[in-house]
Amino acid sequence: MARNTARPLSPHLQIYKWGPHMAVSILNRAMGVGLATVGIAAITWWLVSAASGEAAYDAFLKCAHSWLGIVVGVGLTFAWLLHFFAGVRHFFLDAGAGFELNANRTWAWSTLLGAVIVTGAIWLFIAGKGL
Amino acid sequence: MGSGTGLGQVRGLGSAKSGSHHWWLQRVTAMGNVVLTVWLVVSLLRLPAIDYATVTTWLASPWAAVPMVLFVLNAFWHFRLGLQVVLEDYVKGGLRIVAMGLLHAWTFGMGAFALFSILKIAFAGTN
Repeated sequence: MARNTARPLSPHLQIYKWGPHMAVSILNRAMGVGLATVGIAAITWWLVSAASGEAAYDAFLKCAHSWLGIVVGVGLTFAWLLHFFAGVRHFFLDAGAGFELNANRTWAWSTLLGAVIVTGAIWLFIAGKGL
Repeated sequence: MGSGTGLGQVRGLGSAKSGSHHWWLQRVTAMGNVVLTVWLVVSLLRLPAIDYATVTTWLASPWAAVPMVLFVLNAFWHFRLGLQVVLEDYVKGGLRIVAMGLLHAWTFGMGAFALFSILKIAFAGTN
């Protein structure tokens, strides 16, 4: 539809001061897209290779244990956790809670920090177990 | 309602009356994912190893195969809803119809491979 250029638009991204809530919002979407593409491909490959016999599964494991495989694995773990914590945060926001400035900032930062910390904990556990 | 033909109104604006259902299903599947993704990650971390024999023996058990099927159904449904919203935000016009077709193909194609593989391991048994 045609827009009357004489009339102002409502404020958009460029006018707002960047904050953790905006970072979590766009990261949540980006991580969701990553999980739905790379994550789904990885988990489907894992299942299909396990159903295709030992040689196919070993080929999958070889890729998973390569440097690229580990980088993708750590990335997917972080993506899952960020999407997880951001999703839980959304349940509260959907109920109308957590919009006060300080609470909102605290929970947005917690979402980011929680994802980083738990990703680190999981991969330290994996490294310690020698999987 | 505004003026114009029915087709014109639909093209211009107005809801298709299914937005809140889509939104609600996104939340319902999200709650399912809270349980199922934690189950999957914790189960894998608790396995003594992730070699072929260990993983297929584990996946052949009903207590792993059934939650795994539920995970695939629930997670794939959730990502299908989510990617649709992303595509609707960024892809316009005729390309959007193509994108929706590809999204369907991706969801059901990968979903079929994933489900078949779980069931094959569970029913055929590798040990």
